[in-house]
Amino acid sequence: MKVVLRNPRREVEVAGGRRVKDVLKDLDVLPETVIVIRGDSLITADQMVDDGDTIELRPVMSGGSASRGGASGEASPSMIGDRR
Amino acid sequence: MKCRKCGGQAAIELRRHNAAFCVDDFVEFFRNQVREAIRKHRMFGRDERVLVAVSGGKDSLALWDVLIEDGYQTTGLHLDLGIFDYSVESRAKCEAFAAARGVPLLVSSVADEVGGPVPVIKQVTRRPPCSGCGLSKRYLMNREALQHGFPVVATGHNLDDEAATLFGSVLHWQMEALPRQSPALPSTHPKLVRRVKPLYRLSERETAAYAFLRRIDYIVEECPFAVGATSIAHKGILDRLEDVSPGAKHNFLFGFLEKARPAFERAEAVPLNECARCGQVTTGTLCAFCKLADQVKRAR
Repeated sequence: MKVVLRNPRREVEVAGGRRVKDVLKDLDVLPETVIVIRGDSLITADQMVDDGDTIELRPVMSGGSASRGGASGEASPSMIGDRR
Repeated sequence: MKCRKCGGQAAIELRRHNAAFCVDDFVEFFRNQVREAIRKHRMFGRDERVLVAVSGGKDSLALWDVLIEDGYQTTGLHLDLGIFDYSVESRAKCEAFAAARGVPLLVSSVADEVGGPVPVIKQVTRRPPCSGCGLSKRYLMNREALQHGFPVVATGHNLDDEAATLFGSVLHWQMEALPRQSPALPSTHPKLVRRVKPLYRLSERETAAYAFLRRIDYIVEECPFAVGATSIAHKGILDRLEDVSPGAKHNFLFGFLEKARPAFERAEAVPLNECARCGQVTTGTLCAFCKLADQVKRAR
């Protein structure tokens, strides 16, 4: 079966005939870091995938921030000021 | 796996809630979480115009979708960061979303406002690109809201964003940052609009699922400058924790908000001034945005 990965987009072939969670484990992907797409549907980790299937593991992480505090900022005096 | 509500085939499992939902019940669950956030923190009312900051990513477009569906008066604000093809595509996603739903979208260009796009700011300041980018976004969001008469700006920060921010603040014991970490920050000056985060109860996996199930065409590719960002590293750590302890991120953030945050609130407010040049709010004489713009001008 074919697995589509993103960032960068690429495809890998893995064995089918097993559950999604086994495919994720095989690829060392944490279940909470992706949504699993087959066709135009989401599928859960306990569902079976076959050799002829194509699934996409779409990452869900986004953002970026240089500040130690993390993601993109709080409203405060410093949203215009100097502290972040 | 069966839907907890209707018993039909589940589309998504939410381990932290020990539940799974079908498409329709998940969409309703998601919207209810947003409604609860708005209600609990009195973020805005139906009589108020809400400026929704939209990047073209899943979170902000999912938020805008919920608010539109719930009948709020919304306008989108997209800040064009000038980050190569990534920004071209991001802007196009926002414009297509707004056009398809017949809702207004404001667009402001960082290059026009600062004097150079984010890649130039990165070169000039020699600081991580997210630094100048974040500063510019916060400034422009507030200024655009003021100029167009919006009392409130809503951003798409989700539970993972907030947990990662908190994690970073605690790691370095940033005592000024901790009391400011809140789903809703009130206006503390006539030139500071309210800032709210209606998605703070929802994980980024949940917002990704909602965006996909609602057929929202969002930009899946990551910002090229996000590689190596500190907050991404923190999210990775929290993801591993979540994997072995479902609900860890939720408990970390909500525990802080409910139990610890009041202890960090400062007794005295920081005095606020208006920037000598642009008139926006700052704690100094000249605001950080004007200093950044000066730095870019000098270098070009």
